[in-house]
Amino acid sequence: MTDVLGPRIPDGEIPIVPMRKWGRWVSAGIILLLVIVFVMSMRHAQIAWGDIPKFFTYHTMIVGMYMTVLLAVVCQALGIVLGVIVAIMRRSSNPVIKWSAWFYIYIFRGLPALLQLYIWYNLALAFKTLGIPHLFSVSTNSVMTAFVVGVLGLGLNESAYYAEIVRAGFNSVDHGQIEAASSIGMKPSQAMRRVILPQAMRVIIPPTGNDFINMLKGTSLASVVGFHELILSSTDIYSANFRIMETLMAAALWYMVLVSLASIGQYFIEKKFATDRSDPSSMSMGKTVRRSLSMRGVFHLSERNPGVAL
Amino acid sequence: MSSPLVRALNVHKRFGRLEVLKGINLDVEAGQVVCLLGPSGGGKSTFLRCLNHLEKIDAGSIWVDGVPVGYRLDGGKFHEIRERDVALQRTHIGMVFQRFNLFANRTAIENVMEGPVYVLRQSASAARETAERLLTQVGMMNWADRYPAQLSGGQQQRVAIARSLAMNPKLILFDEPTSALDPELVGEVLSVMRDLAQGGMTMIVVTHEVGFAREVADKAVFMFDGTLVEEGAPAEVFSNPRHERTQQFLSKVL
Repeated sequence: MTDVLGPRIPDGEIPIVPMRKWGRWVSAGIILLLVIVFVMSMRHAQIAWGDIPKFFTYHTMIVGMYMTVLLAVVCQALGIVLGVIVAIMRRSSNPVIKWSAWFYIYIFRGLPALLQLYIWYNLALAFKTLGIPHLFSVSTNSVMTAFVVGVLGLGLNESAYYAEIVRAGFNSVDHGQIEAASSIGMKPSQAMRRVILPQAMRVIIPPTGNDFINMLKGTSLASVVGFHELILSSTDIYSANFRIMETLMAAALWYMVLVSLASIGQYFIEKKFATDRSDPSSMSMGKTVRRSLSMRGVFHLSERNPGVAL
Repeated sequence: MSSPLVRALNVHKRFGRLEVLKGINLDVEAGQVVCLLGPSGGGKSTFLRCLNHLEKIDAGSIWVDGVPVGYRLDGGKFHEIRERDVALQRTHIGMVFQRFNLFANRTAIENVMEGPVYVLRQSASAARETAERLLTQVGMMNWADRYPAQLSGGQQQRVAIARSLAMNPKLILFDEPTSALDPELVGEVLSVMRDLAQGGMTMIVVTHEVGFAREVADKAVFMFDGTLVEEGAPAEVFSNPRHERTQQFLSKVL
């Protein structure tokens, strides 16, 4: 019963009963059940799990792993260098340079990487030799090794994507920064190096890590042009021993190792470039986590920066 | 007879079909403080940005210290010059922006050192010495190692003034330097500018701070709709505006 003054307020401390979170228990139960089903079915599967470590460390497998890393690193490096150049060209005031860069991106981003690999691979059908007439020439087939085909096919494709990432980074830098650079007499090239690029890095770095992880897996496409990376090594192994699933599982394990290492690398690079300028949006992951886990983080920050105006 | 430090002759500027400057003439003597006043959209900021060629003019000419800004005079014609050569001209013309525009990735002192080290090719130690002197002058030495995001608007603007001073410019352009500031921070910036004016710096200031203009300016200039309608000593034009539009404007802001 309530009277006109509302419910009667009990005397003394009123205890608070936390809400029961049934959803968590229910979902945990369902997931646990699915895991048990999965593990049971795997035990019945025709896979000799015990053999996987053996294939994992096969010499052919290790070489394939090295080749995967080598191709990914070279392609990504080429993609970054060309991508930055193309992105800078797209900002040029020279319309010819600007639209050439646009067209480059249009072509190399538009065509499937697999198609590009095949075109480089078969280049000799169109051009028997490469070179400058009357100066020098080489046979196309001697130049276009599986590695070179892989680098051109995947690296140029990546450079077109990367140019767009860099362009987004450039666009993220406030125009006032460029005007300020001009006002102290910086040439456009100096402003690019000293002001625009360093500030664009914060936007460019995270997708770079993403791209590299993609590239690690994308190198598998180069198997079709005979480059002995992880996939081609695996098919070589299983066509000799017919342990197809075991070999593929070993390759899968290697991909997970490589991707995990790349993710760790990405985390540290991001942390370095997500330069904490007391701008909360640029905080590193660790700091964000630490800050949300404990209120102490907040006190630390404000102790260090007593004059922060937010 | 010495010519003025800045001379703008019949400056025209249009953005598309909109004519924002309709023939501006203005002389600024060395050591003078000139305040550009008038309603928003009157062309003050555009004119200021033309003075260091951040905006390209469509007709007329702008001369700073006897040199045409953004062009090379040859055979009776103005030839456009490359951006890197305009950059060289700008080293003599400082600019302070409404939004401060400090380099976000550099500390206060690095902002001040950037121009001397990378444009004027001074040694880092010499540039640091100058930067420390200038930061002290604007009262920001205690915040030298802070990043812009860690400073208040007034503090950032004082660092920005130090940054333009570090280039040892012949004149400094101020584009509404206090318009983006909270009211209680306006004073600290105006006081730095007042000291600069007393030190003999040539300053062209776009501002809505009528009090500052009246107190500090040698010349007040009123611009409406892309034309310069009235100019003169502040004491004269503020108390006795001749043009009707100046009278209307002053009755609103005073």
